Amino acid sequence: MRKAYVIAGAVAIAGIAGLAVMWKLSHKGYLPEPAPTAAMVQVLSATTQLIRQGEYLARAGDCVACHTEPTGKPFAGGRPMATPFGNIYVPNITPDDETGIGKWTNDDFYRAMHNGVTRDGTLMYPAMPFASYTKVTRADCDAIYAYLQSVTPVKQKNRPHELRFPFNRRDLLVGWRTLYFKEGDFQPDPKQSAQWNRGAYLVEGLGHCAMCHTAINRLGGSSEAQAFEGGMIPNQNWYAPSLTSNREAGLGEWSLKDIGDLLQVGVSHRATVYGPMAEVVYNSLQYMTDEDTQAMAVYLKALPQRESEPPPPSSARLVEPAVMESGRRNYEKQCGMCHGSEGKGFPPAFPPLAGNQSITMTSPVNSIRMVLNGGYPPGTRKNPRPHGMPPFAHLLNDEEAAAVVTYIRVAWNNTGTPVTPKQVNELRKLLPE
Amino acid sequence: MRLLIFRKSRSQSLPTISGFATPKHPVNIFRLLRSLILAALCLPAYAQQEAVPFYKAIDSVEARMQGCVTCHGQSGQGTNNGYFPRIAGKPAAYLYNQLVAFRDGVRKYPPMNYLVAYLPDAYLREMAEHFSKLRPEYSPRDATTMDANALARGKAIATSGDAAKQIPACIACHGASLTGMNPGIPGLVGLRATYIAAQLTRWRVGDRGTVEPDCMKRIAARLSESDVGAVSAYLAQQQVPAGASPESPNLVRMPFACGTQR
Repeated sequence: MRKAYVIAGAVAIAGIAGLAVMWKLSHKGYLPEPAPTAAMVQVLSATTQLIRQGEYLARAGDCVACHTEPTGKPFAGGRPMATPFGNIYVPNITPDDETGIGKWTNDDFYRAMHNGVTRDGTLMYPAMPFASYTKVTRADCDAIYAYLQSVTPVKQKNRPHELRFPFNRRDLLVGWRTLYFKEGDFQPDPKQSAQWNRGAYLVEGLGHCAMCHTAINRLGGSSEAQAFEGGMIPNQNWYAPSLTSNREAGLGEWSLKDIGDLLQVGVSHRATVYGPMAEVVYNSLQYMTDEDTQAMAVYLKALPQRESEPPPPSSARLVEPAVMESGRRNYEKQCGMCHGSEGKGFPPAFPPLAGNQSITMTSPVNSIRMVLNGGYPPGTRKNPRPHGMPPFAHLLNDEEAAAVVTYIRVAWNNTGTPVTPKQVNELRKLLPE
Repeated sequence: MRLLIFRKSRSQSLPTISGFATPKHPVNIFRLLRSLILAALCLPAYAQQEAVPFYKAIDSVEARMQGCVTCHGQSGQGTNNGYFPRIAGKPAAYLYNQLVAFRDGVRKYPPMNYLVAYLPDAYLREMAEHFSKLRPEYSPRDATTMDANALARGKAIATSGDAAKQIPACIACHGASLTGMNPGIPGLVGLRATYIAAQLTRWRVGDRGTVEPDCMKRIAARLSESDVGAVSAYLAQQQVPAGASPESPNLVRMPFACGTQR
């Protein structure tokens, strides 16, 4: 009997020791992580689940894009953000006690997201999209907080901003907030579906789409009446098209699949993302679940369309024949291979130009940029090897580039308007060459 | 139609050019003139057409690399613009390091920084491997305007270095025939003087760098401005050896430790 106890005890101790060794080994990465099974997912601790949820939401909010330098440690900040008022240096949000948010409580974090006020009571500059994040629920903020507290702390002091007078005076932010900031939770619309409401919550809250797709005025504010009507993105020289006009990036006539693909994959049968939107897809939207992507698509497709009049007829007749001929010649030579002689493209690899709203919209900025600098769509989980377009800035002079952009804006019954060599020249001077 | 004509004429024009470059037969004025005229007619078309978008199948690496062609050519052979380098046949690890450095803004050239900003590592590696395997024809060398003294100084730096200034020879790392060394050292042969000089200057002023220990930074800092001009002109004049490929890293003991070779 006693012997049996001893044996049972020994077996138990050996078992515990074995488990301890296994745990230690797997903890150090010596053993491959077992693939998660349904049973394992269930036993994930509540903390782990919260952190995972927070990681997903932090991606939806694209925190990493601004709070991480290209070669820096995640969330350690330090990245300069050029604004019309000077450089803002994005702060460290790793859980380091001295230089990060290690000492912040979840209440502090919620106040920052919801009210735009830091732990010590400093008013934040609106480069932090708290005007959108104010709509994020307390539960989601707590999850993001839990995730950020779980990342590796980095000791890296925040750099002081380099803002011009008077914008370096934070007390002026009181006035800015009165004009442009409305604190408030997301209010679901009971008349709409749960899917629409989920999409609205993501687009208006964490997605902070309005930061670019609503015009920013000279004070760095935007008006709710102009929500999603599009505007130039300060300092980036890209035009963020209106999401409420079918003549720009209004999605009223798009299929839900194409909208979802554009957001999550970066390419679709209607259009492709480049520039700042490529960054958003690369860092944020590609990680959204299919359900959330579809919810955003449903909401964006249903946004009220602002204009009722039909688009203007093609202005091809108004273009000088010599300009049209120059544009056509360069198009056939340089563009036709990928976009086809009829401008239909080979989507989703090469986007169509005929009927493409981003080509025909009022602002020609993006079309000119693409011809001058080319571009690669973001490499995403569903499109890891995107097709790219080469730059033509070194091959076409201002007249030739203006002619080819004019050609694609008016050919094939496209409803765009001609562009001038001066417009090309102005962008050429601002752009990387 | 134009493309078809070009595809046919390219293969015909090249022997003419190489025949002209190394005349072994008694000079026949008529043949020489004919070669010259043919070369003059074919060359610009050749250089231009090879830099125009073209692919056979959409779902191919070739079609995906069209973003590179107006500056680096369809096969990475470079174009007639002196600032855009030949990238074909350079070591894959070198090309990959450059693509990552451009993406992360460590190597600064805004058009490249913009193009590859949102491309993942695996895809950049695929691009690098694609161009590292290509061996397109070299474009003819530009005539140099450097005087003989400068070229002699350039040759000295390239082939034996400058012991007094502690500058090792280029060939000590970039290969006996300047074709580079795997995995991280680029070939210099076939590059134009403008590109080499621009890069050496960037290294000298600290605008370009690589992983520590940064051997090239140490070397470039010891070059004077006239050294840069001289060695660039000399390198751009060098004959491309047949079947040019990067050397194996085991052939030489390098004068300085280089982070990219580890």
